[in-house]
Amino acid sequence: MHEVSLVESVLDLIQDSARVNGFVRVKKVVLQIGQLANVEPDAMSFCFDSVTRGSIAEGACLELLDSPGVAWCMTCQCSVGIASRTSGCPACGGHTLQVTGGSEMRVKSLEVEY
Amino acid sequence: MCMTCGCGDENFRVHGLPHPHTEDHHHGDPAGGSFSRIVEIEQDLLSKNDGFASANRKRFAAKACFVLNLMSSPGSGKTTLLVETVRRLQGHLPVSVIEGDQQTSQDAERIRATGVPALQINTGKGCHLDAHMIAHALEKMPAPENGLLLIENVGNLVCPAEFDLGESSKVVVLSTTEGEDKPIKYPDMFAAASLMVLNKCDLLPYLDFNVEAAIAYARQVNPALQIISLSARTGEGMQAWLDWINNGVAEARAGSNRGAYTYLGRGAKTEYCKA
Ligand SMILES: Nc1nc2c(ncn2[C@@H]2O[C@H](COP(=O)(O)OP(=O)(O)OP(=O)(O)O)[C@@H](O)[C@H]2O)c(=O)[nH]1
Ligand SMILES: [Mg+2]
Ligand SMILES: [Zn+2]
Ligand SMILES: [Zn+2]
Repeated sequence: MHEVSLVESVLDLIQDSARVNGFVRVKKVVLQIGQLANVEPDAMSFCFDSVTRGSIAEGACLELLDSPGVAWCMTCQCSVGIASRTSGCPACGGHTLQVTGGSEMRVKSLEVEY
Repeated sequence: MCMTCGCGDENFRVHGLPHPHTEDHHHGDPAGGSFSRIVEIEQDLLSKNDGFASANRKRFAAKACFVLNLMSSPGSGKTTLLVETVRRLQGHLPVSVIEGDQQTSQDAERIRATGVPALQINTGKGCHLDAHMIAHALEKMPAPENGLLLIENVGNLVCPAEFDLGESSKVVVLSTTEGEDKPIKYPDMFAAASLMVLNKCDLLPYLDFNVEAAIAYARQVNPALQIISLSARTGEGMQAWLDWINNGVAEARAGSNRGAYTYLGRGAKTEYCKA
């Protein structure tokens, strides 16, 4: 699954930051994973330990923040909350929706040691 | 909110316990040797891939090359479709193919048998192509100038959706033997694509596949999705697909003549309200 490559990208960004900021250990990694992101948070934390083993982030704890799915309904001409990409507009039941939020996958911050 | 570590932002539970904010905002005891602090990153997980992808996209634009990223579950007929496509386009415009599979170079050999250049990328355990692999492939086999580059992704209806390669368009191939509910079972792929090719339509008389339902499901996750039904085996419906490609090739050529190339960015198709 691509959760492994995503965690590898996280580690990449951490290592870049370590080169710039000079920290030697990462204690915590904070990620934001939107509810509509194409990723399973459980799978992500599952492979986090193995991917970071032997790295500067070995043993770090992983904190996942989520953000709600939001879409623009072209029928209702308003912004609505949606639980998944297949759910309809809660107001009109239609599917003329464009996702506007909730698909983020970001590294927010790190707690690091020098 | 504290700008250094985000304390005070209610979305953040950064340090657990409340703590005094000292001037340099280091946490822990410097005298004790190690001290910790918060480093803001605020970067997209895929920012590296997206960086390679946008470099690829610039190279394609400079060559006025139309580039397709074909994705589907294993066996839906991507290679068959590509073989039949390059057979028909060869001689009319410069075409080359990049094949992505975990193992073997069989698909690239099937393409080469037509006389069209093909490069195989083996991803090993990797379940998708990424923009960095494509950048290396382009060193070995440059994108055809004023032509068409077809990229067949690893057979997988989940992961490739996430990785921008720098292509002009993403194409998802769905075959009639897979069942009409795939678009709602794997919505991210169908949300990311701009065209769905419904393949193996020659088999429809033998199956209970409901074409209307498949199209309705696909539009449910992506109202703007274009759809072409065809059979790579019999050639039925192929002309609409070739027209669609020729149209893209013409646009890529025109775009480079104007010297203007606008790409709305990652996920822009489904998220253009965001900005
Ligand atoms: N009946 C029928 N069979 C097809 C059609 N297109 C492909 N096939 C068959 O489907 C099988 C798989 O085709 P491929 O072209 O290898 O599929 P693929 O998507 O490239 O497969 P992977 O690269 O392994 O993911 C082969 O046996 C093809 O002959 C079609 O339009 N009709
Ligand atoms: Mg193939
Ligand atoms: Zn995967
Ligand atoms: Zn609505």
